[in-house]
Amino acid sequence: MLNDALIRTLTQNCAPIRPLSHPAKRALVWFAVSLCYVAAVVAFMGLRPDFLSKVADPQFATEVVAAFLTSIVAAAGAFSAGCPARPVWERFAAGFFLSVWAGALAIGCWRDVDAYGVSGLLAHSDIYCLPTILAISIPAALLILSMVKRGAPTAPFVTIGLAALASTALAAAALRLSFRQDAAVSVCIWQFGSVVLLTGIASLFGRVVLHWTMRDELIASFLAHRR
Amino acid sequence: MSDTLNDRESRWRALMASSQDGDQAAYGELLSDLFPFLRRFVLRRWPNAYDTEDVVQEILVSIHTVRQTYDRRRPFTPWLMTIAARRVADAARSRYARANETTVDVLPETFHGDGAKSEQEARDDQDALRRAMAILPDGQRQAIELIKIQGLSLNEASRVTGKSVGSLKVGIHRAVKAMRQALERNG
Repeated sequence: MLNDALIRTLTQNCAPIRPLSHPAKRALVWFAVSLCYVAAVVAFMGLRPDFLSKVADPQFATEVVAAFLTSIVAAAGAFSAGCPARPVWERFAAGFFLSVWAGALAIGCWRDVDAYGVSGLLAHSDIYCLPTILAISIPAALLILSMVKRGAPTAPFVTIGLAALASTALAAAALRLSFRQDAAVSVCIWQFGSVVLLTGIASLFGRVVLHWTMRDELIASFLAHRR
Repeated sequence: MSDTLNDRESRWRALMASSQDGDQAAYGELLSDLFPFLRRFVLRRWPNAYDTEDVVQEILVSIHTVRQTYDRRRPFTPWLMTIAARRVADAARSRYARANETTVDVLPETFHGDGAKSEQEARDDQDALRRAMAILPDGQRQAIELIKIQGLSLNEASRVTGKSVGSLKVGIHRAVKAMRQALERNG
């Protein structure tokens, strides 16, 4: 019977494997490596000249810390989505930090209105933010992609969306540490907006990037390996 | 009843943990246990499936390819059911998408047939087809050889290979598609 033959083939190819570590642990590994890369990028582009005074500003500090936390929690969510039957809340926990980040930007907009009136809400065109965030996030995205591919593609859209959010949030935080762009509306539209846009676009490719190995492919690879 | 379920859960957890350590006997035992369980699951979720066995096999292969995602500290059955439910949904979607496709005969026909061609042209066609067949996975190649070349009916081929008629149909369809692409690539 074909069923018995399939079980025999799978059994014969049952090499010992190391179970994946806890999603949070893998997220920390990814974040540590990516943070080194981002630190190198920031060092290359140069820290913003007013860094010391800005970092003492609670609104700016909240914004940057929330971006970093969004990144690491989204990475943990992406790894969790690749492990079947893990709690669903783990996938959406990044939403909380994303809201804090958006909230900090909203407070920035409010402060600008308070200081400059309605003209404080006029956004400059900073279209360069989108390609810059995309370019900075690519190495971190490739790393997280190689890591999520070891998981199961049970929720491909969510997994890829969260992986993209983790990479782009990290890149946006790096941009805030390097570029002197403080008009809150511009940051909101061009930096936060780029993160949301890239996350949305990436998640559409979930099923293209993550898919199951088909039976014929797997058996053919076993046979090829044996030859 | 719940004791039976708990016993089964404990047994599967232990077998899966041993399988992750490379214990082939435990893995074989686990897969043999899962087969009837998954067949019942597929039939319950998708009573009209014409290729239940194929879907169950796809689920087993999926379990094999992602067995590193099972965390020994967590229950086994929810892990299994998440994969099974996802694969049944995928199978239903792909069968639905394919339902509107039309099958095309594998051997290209000309108005005059091979007899009207020069010997060289006929040989070139045969070589191209042979090369296209060579890239097919074993199962698909066998289906093409039995049904399209030796002329066996689907039922006869099913008896020879042990595969279901539905599985053979799917195999033929995929093989034709792959061969057509290979022939187009090679001009």
